[in-house]
Amino acid sequence: MEAAASFSDPIDFDALKRAVNELGRSVVAPASKAVDDEARFPHEAFDALKGEKLLSAYVPVQYGGMGLSMSQICGLCEILGHHCASTAMVFAMHQIQVACIVHNGGTSTFFQNYMRRIVDEQLLLASATTELGVGGDLTSSLCAVETEGERFTLEKKAPVISYGQEADAILVTARRNPDAQNSDQVHVLVEKDATELEPLAGWDTLGFRGTCSLGFVLKAAGHVEQILPEPFADILAHSMHPYSHMTWGSLWLGLATDAVNIARDSVRKKMLASPGTPPPSALRLAEVDEVLFEMRSGLYATMEEYQEMLDRGNTDAFSNFGFSIRVNNVKITCSELVVDIVGKALLIVGISGYKNDSKSSLSRHLRDAYGAALMVNNDRIRGYNSAMQVIVRQG
Amino acid sequence: MVHEQIRDILSSHGRLATDVASLQNDSDLYEAGLTSLITVNLLLAIEDHFDVEFPDDLLSRRTFQSIDALAEAVEGLVP
Repeated sequence: MEAAASFSDPIDFDALKRAVNELGRSVVAPASKAVDDEARFPHEAFDALKGEKLLSAYVPVQYGGMGLSMSQICGLCEILGHHCASTAMVFAMHQIQVACIVHNGGTSTFFQNYMRRIVDEQLLLASATTELGVGGDLTSSLCAVETEGERFTLEKKAPVISYGQEADAILVTARRNPDAQNSDQVHVLVEKDATELEPLAGWDTLGFRGTCSLGFVLKAAGHVEQILPEPFADILAHSMHPYSHMTWGSLWLGLATDAVNIARDSVRKKMLASPGTPPPSALRLAEVDEVLFEMRSGLYATMEEYQEMLDRGNTDAFSNFGFSIRVNNVKITCSELVVDIVGKALLIVGISGYKNDSKSSLSRHLRDAYGAALMVNNDRIRGYNSAMQVIVRQG
Repeated sequence: MVHEQIRDILSSHGRLATDVASLQNDSDLYEAGLTSLITVNLLLAIEDHFDVEFPDDLLSRRTFQSIDALAEAVEGLVP
């Protein structure tokens, strides 16, 4: 197998991290300004990531992928988050789709072959879960898979399909059939050449401009084997929900860490300029690092729990209500702390951080940070948690 | 017996889109329209009615998958 290239051995993960960091420095970061200014897809970054076979990093070794663990993928998201949060977000969202296939498609010949194709062709996968008319509720669909013989058609009004136009395939949620309840959903892979995307809404946003999360009416056709064998509710509990919040939390952590690094550089310069008198911002730096510590600790603790569950393979545990609350807590706290951290870093850096054209600009960091609480709105998540809090028992 | 009482609770608290009488004991309640938020009301009503407390390891989707699964959970808790 020529795939997996030089990083097929899991022991090389430190080398892989260094390579991704280097790729971030040399390719991702230099393009990040144009990506942000023009609200365009980070092509340079993805050409480079494909070159390193990183789009199949989560595909198991038996299908030719690198077979990285969930926490290792999170580590890569964190590194990319330092350089360009949009690039990191697209990378994360792609890996989430790959994870849905890896964990829920393994028994299907079609999806086994599809995993090999992800490796060979470095296919980019997008997601269409939310739908006009159901708000942001992932567990409910209006559109339905319509089957005739072995073929299906599907039409969905999706207010957001991130990088939909760039993707080779999109994983779409829909009702199992036209008679099914809204909550009786399946997860369907539709391929680019059998999918029509009619634009519904644009993506000229404050931040995360490079994710190109336009809205579309999606019309697709395919073979019934493209429907993942597990019910979407199980895919969501096992893979999509925890994997999303761990990878997103990781890239926000990378973004926040980069902002703190910029603040640290600024304090260092002030200390060099006037040795002997620590600037007041040194105290602020210590303070913002405490918040960063808090963000990292909560994320890593839950990531470790999820990784252990994946390693153990106990499928019942994933739909445990307490676990889903903890995963939601990661999302809520990380998305709010990232705003807090970048804001504190800006106070430390001062006007040069406020400028768009300075080397220590925090403009993009700040604009990106505010998006975190909105993508799957925190209050929707809190609403779920507040109901579930009543019935869970801790300790 | 437990099955019948769970059916009654499901009728009054389940708010399913499907008529409870038409469900088999092993029918998938999620397919019948059970959402996670309705699950909360259902659980509170079941705990209250049978005077039991569901421990953490039973608080997952599988426990609420069917009338059979709920009955099994309750029977395991009633002394």
